[in-house]
Amino acid sequence: MQLFSSKTNIDFLGKRRIAMVISLLLIAISVVSFFTRGLNLGIDFTGGTIIEVGYQQPVELGGVREVLKESGYGDAIIQHFGTAKDVLIRIPPREGVASAELSSSVLKGLHRANPDGVEMRRVEFVGPQVGDELTEDGGLAVLWALFGILIYVAFRFEWRFAVGSVAALIHDVIITMGIFSLFQLEFDLSVLAAILAVIGYSLNDTIVVFDRIRENFRKMRKGTPTVITNTALNQMLSRTLITSMTTLLVLLALFFLGGAVIHGFSTALIIGIVVGTYSSIYIASTTVLALGVSKADMMPMQVKKEGQDLDSIP
Amino acid sequence: MTNQYPLWKNLLILCVVIVGALYALPNLYGNDPSLQISPNRDTAVLDKQTETRIADLLANKGIAYKNIETMKQGVLVRFNDVNAQLTAKDLVSDDLGDGYTVALNLYPAAPAWLTALNAAPMYLGLDLRGGVHFLMEVDMNAAMRQSDDRYVGELRTLLRSNKVRYLTIARHKSGGVDVKFRDNTERAKALLLIGKELPRLVREEEDRNNAFYLRVTLSEQEARETKEFALQQNITTLRNRVNELGVAEPIIQRQGLDRIIVQLPGIQDTARAKDILGATATLEYRMADSEHDVEQALQGRVPAGSRLYYERNGSPILLKKDIIITGANIVDAASGIDQQSGSPMVHVTLDSKGAKKMARNTRENVGKPMAVVFIENKVETRKVNGELVKTSRKIEEVISVANIREEFSKRFQTTGLDSFEEARDLALLLRAGALSTPIEIVEERTVGPSLGQDNIDMGFRSVVIGFIFVLLFMAVWYRVFGLVANIALALNLVLLVAVLSMLQATLTLPGIAGIVLTVGMAVDANVLIFERIREEIRNGNTPQASIAAGYDKAFSTIADANITTLIAALVLYGFGTGPIKGFAITLSIGILCSMFTAIVGTRAIINLVYGGRKLEKLAI
Repeated sequence: MQLFSSKTNIDFLGKRRIAMVISLLLIAISVVSFFTRGLNLGIDFTGGTIIEVGYQQPVELGGVREVLKESGYGDAIIQHFGTAKDVLIRIPPREGVASAELSSSVLKGLHRANPDGVEMRRVEFVGPQVGDELTEDGGLAVLWALFGILIYVAFRFEWRFAVGSVAALIHDVIITMGIFSLFQLEFDLSVLAAILAVIGYSLNDTIVVFDRIRENFRKMRKGTPTVITNTALNQMLSRTLITSMTTLLVLLALFFLGGAVIHGFSTALIIGIVVGTYSSIYIASTTVLALGVSKADMMPMQVKKEGQDLDSIP
Repeated sequence: MTNQYPLWKNLLILCVVIVGALYALPNLYGNDPSLQISPNRDTAVLDKQTETRIADLLANKGIAYKNIETMKQGVLVRFNDVNAQLTAKDLVSDDLGDGYTVALNLYPAAPAWLTALNAAPMYLGLDLRGGVHFLMEVDMNAAMRQSDDRYVGELRTLLRSNKVRYLTIARHKSGGVDVKFRDNTERAKALLLIGKELPRLVREEEDRNNAFYLRVTLSEQEARETKEFALQQNITTLRNRVNELGVAEPIIQRQGLDRIIVQLPGIQDTARAKDILGATATLEYRMADSEHDVEQALQGRVPAGSRLYYERNGSPILLKKDIIITGANIVDAASGIDQQSGSPMVHVTLDSKGAKKMARNTRENVGKPMAVVFIENKVETRKVNGELVKTSRKIEEVISVANIREEFSKRFQTTGLDSFEEARDLALLLRAGALSTPIEIVEERTVGPSLGQDNIDMGFRSVVIGFIFVLLFMAVWYRVFGLVANIALALNLVLLVAVLSMLQATLTLPGIAGIVLTVGMAVDANVLIFERIREEIRNGNTPQASIAAGYDKAFSTIADANITTLIAALVLYGFGTGPIKGFAITLSIGILCSMFTAIVGTRAIINLVYGGRKLEKLAI
């Protein structure tokens, strides 16, 4: 089976203005959402306690809330987690108390109210100092990943391509995080890991297209950079879509079957891969073209030296 | 001839496949829930008899087990399910008593011939097998304060014994010790003396408020050593305490300058684990004040020389203010059984200083009650107006009151305890009293056993379903080539699992996510190659030439794409903690394995299918 019966020739770059507008709009929405709504940070970053308990029977949240109020945890956020039998309790880090014993006392309270029907499934406590460090380390990790990639692509290709790929990555990261902010999905450590994986994936996509652009620059005698790039996008189109498709297939399996703990992770990756596929077509190549890449830049080393001077004149 | 691998290359691939399959195999057998029984003191022996005793006990209570054997580390009992394992644990530990550690464990169920090859299943992380993860922080400020306090005492003795006259000596607020002198001559003498006797201290002269001060602080190196010592001491104590908890494969390791990671797989009673690990403590032995009335003291008339305390059950008790000995004097404490009465008891051993003090005290007080006060130092970090503030809280509690039967010194027993459990906890608390620097849990992740099993099931299911989706997709899309890619994908999965098992890497839920993601992305290399082959065919090349060109031309693209992904995975590994690392490891190994299977593996099969013959068209 084939996606496209013969050679496709879609004028991707002809629509780059429209794409640009869409991207800028999405980025604008994301940034505005960051500043107004912020991210719904998980306890990995804010500190606090999460307790997941499982009941034998489906349970009303009101009853659980009552029990917690009696134990002095009126400020706890309570919700069902996955099924009606599982309950997730979040207790924010409070002024005054940040003790690791909090979870024991909550569990004791729940147990007293429901002696044999409740079972501890998971407890996570993160102290404020650890949360602060993670936020810092997490931000640093994303920066380091981008930096490493910038260097590698600049070394393997050319600086314009490095800028193009990093522009696409930043685009993907901002929009993925923007969607998390807009819909107030919980942003925890696993989502951060997913974002780093999105960086890896989106980059993979971008590099494959770049590789073809470089090859076409060397092979095609005629054609403007725009035409050459557009040809590469068409040549790689079916690969781009098929790989995204298989990856999305497994991610959907993970999303629906992997359990509630891993939901945030798979959500972030699904968003990231859709956005990443789009950005490898529109953002990365458009940026490279906008920076004025020419045939001369793409010739193998010896030839490149001759053309270099020409190129540096703007 | 085109598209044929030499024999050695095919054999090499076959070899990799066989080795991979062999080392991945133990994972199919999984793990048996089991009990590991080992002696924890020299006195307890472990032999064939113990094995028979346990076997008889389990048979009597009607608990089915799979197998029991004596190994180097102890007796190992395997069960069919977790319930039997848990019931058996309580039974066995009650029956064997305190001399043995009965630990819950997961033991590979693979047959002996695989074990002989050192093939073992992947190690399951805490989120899959259940257990507790603690990150603990040693309070270094307290360590420095304690060290300053020690120097206050030491300097006082030094100055006095050398007849250097000082006014006051105290710990300075911002660290170090402040000594105040009446005049400069005494200070000069002290300066000289300290320089000679304690040369590693930094000495500074300061004149404030018409007084002569000498500020003594630790040198940078010594401060570092003090902190290092505090950390090591905590690790040692934690290790001892964890052993008491009965955990088969605990992990206790330092992280950075002031933190310790403690991982206790399979622990059920997390509250108890926290109680025992979370707080540091000291002890004081004091005489109970039986001459005065507790009721009056409760109303506020506490007699001079005494203080009001509370026992664990909440009942008040008056104790003398004089401390007989402290936790620092205790060398060892252990629970056991009184030979005569068969009741539980606790042995305590003191150092020689403590023994002398104890002898003097007990000689005068035979027949009177003596109490042990347990003092817990809890440190809490709170956020006040965005600033992190550390506070320590002192909780004092009487854990034992017992009459002195006769004079004793170095060794003595506490009897009259209600249960073996109580004896064990008292012994543990006594031993804990030897530890000094406060330590705080700054992160906890506990996963209950049922969630662990759910995570395994859900993870496994999503790998299988995702895998089947991709297989179907590829077969429909690329026909024969798709089937070849599917074989490579399966091989990729086997190799990935084999490498993870060989490295004994820890498999976590994010790790499984990494495997799922690898399955999705691993076909990318094949998609690149196959699309390229189709393109070559469209350009009018012969099938054989198209295959060769497809593989050649796609290679650099595949390499570039995978190396960049690898960079992201390595960064993830470098920064990540625990579970995130697991994801990064599976992703990286998955990428490397997929490059081998997708490029070399598929080529070998394609060559076998199509190589060396005349082709009209390809099923792609």
